[in-house]
Amino acid sequence: MSAIQILGLEKTYTIGFWRKRPKRALRPLHLAVEEGEIFGFLGPNGAGKTTTLKLLMGLVSPTAGSARILGIDANDPRVKAQIGFLPEQPYFYDYLTARELLEYYGQLSGIPAKDRGGKVEAMLQRVGLPDAGDIQLRKFSKGMLQRVGIAQAILHDPKVVFLDEPMSGLDPMGRREVRDLIEQLKKEGKTVFFSTHILSDAEALCDRVAIIHLGELRSVGVVADLTSSMHGKVELIWQGAVVPASIRALGAECHLSADTMRAVLAEDKQDAAIDALRREKLRLVSITPVRATLEDYFLQNLRSENAPSEVMA
Amino acid sequence: MKARISYIAANTFREAVRDRVLYNLIAFALLLVGAAILVGQISIDIERLVVINLGLTAVSLFGMLIAIFIGIGLVSKEIEKRTLYTMFSRPVRRWEFIVGKFFGLAGTLVVNTFLMAIGVFAALLYVSHHLQKPDAWLLVALYFIILQFLMITAIALLFSSFSSPLLSAVFAFSLFVVGSFAEDLRGFAAMTKGVTRWLATGAAYLIPNFSALNVISSVAHGEAVSGQLVFYNSAYALFYAALALCGAVLIFERRDLK
Repeated sequence: MSAIQILGLEKTYTIGFWRKRPKRALRPLHLAVEEGEIFGFLGPNGAGKTTTLKLLMGLVSPTAGSARILGIDANDPRVKAQIGFLPEQPYFYDYLTARELLEYYGQLSGIPAKDRGGKVEAMLQRVGLPDAGDIQLRKFSKGMLQRVGIAQAILHDPKVVFLDEPMSGLDPMGRREVRDLIEQLKKEGKTVFFSTHILSDAEALCDRVAIIHLGELRSVGVVADLTSSMHGKVELIWQGAVVPASIRALGAECHLSADTMRAVLAEDKQDAAIDALRREKLRLVSITPVRATLEDYFLQNLRSENAPSEVMA
Repeated sequence: MKARISYIAANTFREAVRDRVLYNLIAFALLLVGAAILVGQISIDIERLVVINLGLTAVSLFGMLIAIFIGIGLVSKEIEKRTLYTMFSRPVRRWEFIVGKFFGLAGTLVVNTFLMAIGVFAALLYVSHHLQKPDAWLLVALYFIILQFLMITAIALLFSSFSSPLLSAVFAFSLFVVGSFAEDLRGFAAMTKGVTRWLATGAAYLIPNFSALNVISSVAHGEAVSGQLVFYNSAYALFYAALALCGAVLIFERRDLK
């Protein structure tokens, strides 16, 4: 059974006050996330990531389609006890202390009173705020609020955790801690669905990713599979500061580094480039295949506006 | 379900206390102390009348202002600050949230009214040196004031469920003012004919009848309040508040939280 199953979920907002007009935020989306998976939902700002999460949380109603979480309709209150959600740039009741906020959310999540205190303390410890429990949230930094946000999302031990830009606003150390925490959640058998535009985090963490752009799903799959589908590139290094015109004509990106020249070009142009170097009597130092990153794939995918959607299992 | 409503209500009460809403009691206390001293010096035989009128009217006005200005932000502020995102990702239904918010603010107003009522009785004791039997009717007047608060809180919540805080404040305050003259509007409707009569009667019954709940003047004169009026006013206010709350729930259930 899929942990999350999105079946043609679609959202069109009506904008404008006098002259109302439709604005399509999400085109019919079909997606399945398996149990125990860390799934990255990637896309630039305004791509439809947050809209998708809001639809899954029941914060906005879909224009069409439906979603199931753990086999139950996403709007069924029974599901809500088994999911956790961290919104983007979370804002909480700032008149409460971190401990009071977690206590309150614990109450609303149905955690029994006898277990609540212990869970709250353990969670404050887990997100690195053991000494900040009695400080009002209005005195918290952005990074501390993000930690409280994560704490409230996993306080009730949910089976599926939704995180909207969880690394946003965190310093490198904080990002590392969140990454470790997400990995820990996976080890505990939880499904993590997180949206981000920090691709290095997604590449390091995710079992699978989906790329969404302009409200449309562009591709889904394992990162290695997606990146291997790209045409490869090679890096050529030769002695000297000269770039033959014929190599430039091959579309190479050239950079001078000390007394060597470095050029990156498409794999299929490699032989032509070597021939050009021979003709110019330039000494080749090395040829190295350049592995495509998720960022390369992501950018190529977004640039090709009309590229067909690529879906891999 | 009941537990979740009570948690939301308790948190709403805590918010009001921490946002220093009860500080209005200081202004109220200063007003009463000043009035009691002044009245004690200038009025002859009408000290009680003045203190009761002034005291209960202040209780009503202070409470109404709190009900409107907190009530209009109960939903819209949570949408604007996106605190609802984490609320509704839990097993909390939207109607539970609205009802919890209502009881939270109503609780705040009841506590506020209770503390102000102590002030009114203290001022009364100061000017007349002893309490009289008819002063017990003040409790009925205070009860009616609380009923008014329940109505205006539900109305403010209704507006807050679909409108901006500014417009909600304008709507709720207008209804409070118009509702304070509801009896006059009914009298006017009875004098008109044809379509005007229909429209005026419809409007008179649609707006909240706060004037029926205002017995300050009569209790100040030591007049009794009939049990029938207490019953009808209670039924009317609770029905009206429930209706407004249902409206708020119906609108809020369908609202997208952008």
